[in-house]
Amino acid sequence: MLIDDRLGFWQYIIDKMPILINGIKTSYLLFFAVLLIAAPLSVLAAVAKVSGPRAVRALLNLYTWAFRGSPLVLQLSLVYYGFPYLGIVWQPWTVALVVFSLSFAAYETEVIRGGIISVEKGQYEACRVLGMNFFQTMRRVVVPQAIRRVLPPTCSEVIILFKDTSLVTSIALMDMMRTAQRIVIMDLRIDAFIAVLAIYLLMASLTVSVFHRLERILNASVLKEEGS
Amino acid sequence: MGEKTQVGAGARTGDGARADGGAQAGGGARDDTAEVIIRLTNLHKSFGELSVLQGVDLTVERGQVVSIIGPSGSGKSTVLRCVNGLEKIDRGVVEIEGVVVAAVGTPGAKPAPKEQIRAVLAKTGMVFQSFNLFPHMTALQNVIEAPMTVKKIPKARARELGMEKLRRVGLDDKADAFPSRLSGGQKQRVAIARALAMEPDFMLFDEPTSALDPELVGEVLDVIKSLAREHMSMMIVSHEMGFTREVSDRVIFVDNQKIVADNPPERFFNSPEHPRVAAFLDKMLN
Ligand SMILES: Nc1ncnc2c1ncn2[C@@H]1O[C@H](COP(=O)(O)OP(=O)(O)OP(=O)(O)O)[C@@H](O)[C@H]1O
Ligand SMILES: [Mg+2]
Repeated sequence: MLIDDRLGFWQYIIDKMPILINGIKTSYLLFFAVLLIAAPLSVLAAVAKVSGPRAVRALLNLYTWAFRGSPLVLQLSLVYYGFPYLGIVWQPWTVALVVFSLSFAAYETEVIRGGIISVEKGQYEACRVLGMNFFQTMRRVVVPQAIRRVLPPTCSEVIILFKDTSLVTSIALMDMMRTAQRIVIMDLRIDAFIAVLAIYLLMASLTVSVFHRLERILNASVLKEEGS
Repeated sequence: MGEKTQVGAGARTGDGARADGGAQAGGGARDDTAEVIIRLTNLHKSFGELSVLQGVDLTVERGQVVSIIGPSGSGKSTVLRCVNGLEKIDRGVVEIEGVVVAAVGTPGAKPAPKEQIRAVLAKTGMVFQSFNLFPHMTALQNVIEAPMTVKKIPKARARELGMEKLRRVGLDDKADAFPSRLSGGQKQRVAIARALAMEPDFMLFDEPTSALDPELVGEVLDVIKSLAREHMSMMIVSHEMGFTREVSDRVIFVDNQKIVADNPPERFFNSPEHPRVAAFLDKMLN
């Protein structure tokens, strides 16, 4: 088995790619699916948390508290192993999508809420006296200002999300981290770890550059807002 | 209202009354038929335990400029904010152009249908002490935002309208500047243009120059004076006594949760009846 040691890094990784690729697919699929589901969810939840009826706000507080306050692994395990006791049996993928989306959206809801409440009261009053309704105020004035303040912390959340996809192993899904682990244990060489490390870091850079780009686009049309 | 003079016979049209300026002598008394544009009746407002207004009665006629002065924290801003619904009243009636926009705890008075209230509030312009311009929009965009989104005026027409209003406040050359690039006085003039772009029937000014460096106060007051010359109905909270005296048809003094005085400026400043007013003026003018 150690004979493989003579194989160079690249040759070795290419050899292992057919196995590794399944894990990589799982990680990316989960990542993008969660972004897609959680993004609109967190915008809605944040708006509702700021301006919804009292009961809705209380419910949403409970939600963000529970999901931000408990470990993601525990949430996954509780749903995957616990729900069957309630007669609810979900496939691992369903559990992963639901729990990851709710968990990510819980953090992002708070991030967006912070952005919304950072817009001064005077902006709402200006809209109000100009006759703008709630949706016009949100769409034309509040969201455009909030979004720029929300981008940097959202970037961090997205990077964390990609890394956290590795937690799906707790419900018997094989992501790229777990796949690499298998390969390393089997072959007793760590090249697969190096490969996934590179992918995680690359993904982080990519995320950062996408968000920097967004910030630049917004700042081009929207100057810095010292003193309105 | 300060004057209760009745004109026996031959009531004239509202327009005629204004032409006489402040003259109150003999038959020149203000006309009964002058249209009341704002009427506050028995207004009460408190914030939690703190009672701010207790039984405020006030009317503003079309074309009038009414100034509100008084000590800090006496409730001047609150009066304005109750007029256009930024604050909910606890008791009393608020009428704008004959439409009851708020009525609480007053038998016989009921708020008008929502649509009607919205329509009449849309004709109410307000200018804030802190400008409250939209920082992510240029001066022109600030001005045309509400005409476009609220009145659905097409962009090209809105831009024309916006440029006209900016010219009106002397800032057409700053149309493409963002608020962060404007001086305080320029910001406030853009804010006035923004309010004017909605073609308001009357304007509320809450200390429009209090956030400005002294050398920038004049340019904003000049714009307001020009509005007064065009007979825009206005309620103005201001600490600029010279300006108040020059521009107002009536000056109102608010203190201790009530209106203490309501007089034409000459009377208000030259022979204040109320000791509180006298003391206040003494402090302000010296
Ligand atoms: N939203 C609010 N919540 C609680 N208290 C308030 C609120 N708005 C105003 N007040 C209080 O009500 C009182 C009257 O306020 P208001 O702003 O109407 O006074 P003002 O005459 O405009 O004063 P200033 O000259 O300082 O602007 C003050 O004591 C103020 O602290
Ligand atoms: Mg005030």
